[in-house]
Amino acid sequence: MSELAIDREIDRSKMQVSDEVAIEITNMNKWYGSFHVLRDINLTVNQGERIVIAGPSGSGKSTLIRCLNALEEHQQGSIIVDGTELSNDLKNIDKIRSEVGMVFQHFNLFPHLTILENCTLAPIWVRKTPKKEAEERAMHFLEKVKIPDQALKYPGQLSGGQQQRVAIARSLCMMPRIMLFDEPTSALDPEMIKEVLDTMIELAEEGMTMLCVTHEMGFARQVANRVIFMDAGQVVEQNEPEEFFNNPQSERTKLFLSQILGH
Amino acid sequence: MSDVSFVRKEMLPEKAPPASEVGVLGWIRHNLFSSWLNSILTLISLFFIYYVLSNILSWTFESVWNANSLSECREIMMATWGDTHGHACWGVIKDRWLQLLYGFYPPYPAHPDATWSNPPETGSWPAYFRPNLTFVLLLVAIAPVLFPKAPRKLLYVTAAYPFLLPWLMWGGSIWGPLMVAAGFVIGYIAYKLVISAVGSLTALILAIVLPLLWWLFAAGPVAGAINSAIPLGIEPVQSRDFGGFMLAILLGVVAIGVSLPIGIVLALGRQSDLLIVKYLCVGFIEFIRGVPLITLLFVASLLLNLFLPPGTNFDIILRVMIMMTLFSAAYMAEVIRGGLAALPRGQYEGADSLGLNYWQAQRLIIMPQALKISIPGIVSTFIGIFKDTTLVSIIGLFDVIGLTNGIRADTAWNGVYWELFAFIGVLFFVVCFSMSRYSMYLERKLQTGHR
Repeated sequence: MSELAIDREIDRSKMQVSDEVAIEITNMNKWYGSFHVLRDINLTVNQGERIVIAGPSGSGKSTLIRCLNALEEHQQGSIIVDGTELSNDLKNIDKIRSEVGMVFQHFNLFPHLTILENCTLAPIWVRKTPKKEAEERAMHFLEKVKIPDQALKYPGQLSGGQQQRVAIARSLCMMPRIMLFDEPTSALDPEMIKEVLDTMIELAEEGMTMLCVTHEMGFARQVANRVIFMDAGQVVEQNEPEEFFNNPQSERTKLFLSQILGH
Repeated sequence: MSDVSFVRKEMLPEKAPPASEVGVLGWIRHNLFSSWLNSILTLISLFFIYYVLSNILSWTFESVWNANSLSECREIMMATWGDTHGHACWGVIKDRWLQLLYGFYPPYPAHPDATWSNPPETGSWPAYFRPNLTFVLLLVAIAPVLFPKAPRKLLYVTAAYPFLLPWLMWGGSIWGPLMVAAGFVIGYIAYKLVISAVGSLTALILAIVLPLLWWLFAAGPVAGAINSAIPLGIEPVQSRDFGGFMLAILLGVVAIGVSLPIGIVLALGRQSDLLIVKYLCVGFIEFIRGVPLITLLFVASLLLNLFLPPGTNFDIILRVMIMMTLFSAAYMAEVIRGGLAALPRGQYEGADSLGLNYWQAQRLIIMPQALKISIPGIVSTFIGIFKDTTLVSIIGLFDVIGLTNGIRADTAWNGVYWELFAFIGVLFFVVCFSMSRYSMYLERKLQTGHR
């Protein structure tokens, strides 16, 4: 399918994986009704890791990262994010959500608020940041994603790529320690995918801990330090990108890679 | 070599459209005379409009204003046009317009014997000062809510209005409404004081229970005690004197103003994960929607007294207000639920993923959008309940419709129908049409380029 060439040197000086654990998932299971979507997931993510989760559609990869900030509820096992265990306690859930940024396939910007208000809303209401400070920070991140001049427009007036970059800036305004990306480029025109990937690469260069569900194998190859392949709700294979692409072990991975890269 | 090869050397410039597509002539041809059939239909419609308008206009304007009875009207008509058909007798409106507007509300409450044509001699407020002031204050109070350009300080008037309205209209001691208002202050202070010590849920319960206790047991005696020490008040007016279009506005404003927040709460309750809350809301909405308003009004006027302790005097207008509000709230809840259902799930997830809690997400993200989507339905419900206020004539209140019967009971105006109902129709049309135009203005204003 897509292996968009990344045509620039990636600065790896700050891309360091520390020993500190960011996310720890142990024996996690999830069902939708009687359908077993996630089966015995065990995954430890260290601070500074950039993980790409790949797999065919319906394999549970989106569900997995949506469990990490409790958009979906898991029924068994434990998820510990940044030292806080995800349980039914609403306080824990709100705390984790404010530490973990999330970018969606369909952006999920708030259409009734301007770009700037989209970015300042959560800092002002959740973090109790003074309005002025929140606006300054929002402008800082909007400059980073290269759309400061759109700050007073509404999401509906922006292109898809611009909207997705605003969504990234909106998450960053909460100063998260971990960023989750749920197919961030799947709803975009080919011309716009690159600008969003560039923003994600810059984020990786700054040492952000990232979990990305994506079909952009070029991004996986160049930026990720680990690729996880899922099928039928379970982790089938995980490896460093070099090994994963050049020397896949399981038959299922080989088939997937041959279909996704094979033309 | 290949025939399919083509490369454009320069881009084409934009050209002006042909004359038949633009301008007045283009529009007329396009919309009125685009084919033979359409041309014929256009001509027939124009003739029909002319026919209806010419009759209505001549009835309206070739009319009699100066007459004190229907028979006098007819004499003048015979003398002027030679027949009594096709001419309005506006004399009845000239004679009874005050009654149609204010019912039997005393023009000078402090001087019960004075009338409009016979004002009291000593200095007094102008006639109908209190209802007129209440109406002007209503406009002031809703201005900052309706128009963002209005000065924000007017919101203080808006906050005070729910207490000013009953005091100005019914009169009596000022301490009663002030003590009711004090209940809200007590709730607020209690919430602020204990929220840090106990959880927010306990604080919320306390903030509801304390004011309720205050209103039920303390507010009345306290207001009475203060009033006997410092009597401060205006002449009371009885509910039975309320009537006319004023009553429609009074009931309409209360029903509209209170049913919107209740409707929002019911709509949220119906979508709630808490099973008991959900089914209470569903049960309430389905019950109220399944019963005609007129039944609820009969319950308010006749049956409610059976359930109240003997001797309690629960004001009839207050009872009607409560029923109308509940009725309108049930419809409102369903309209808003439609708006909520139209929002994509991503909006909830976007709000959740940023760490906003339930109430923040509802207030900042979900409700502004759901209400915006529901504006046409909400305003329809408003207009509907405003017109339904005329049903109170059936339970014996003298609203405009009830008054027309009273006016016809007078021998001078026995047999007048059209003029009265035309006048009432115009009154209602002005208010309802304003609401409709405002909703269109609001929809345009809230349009932010999405969808």
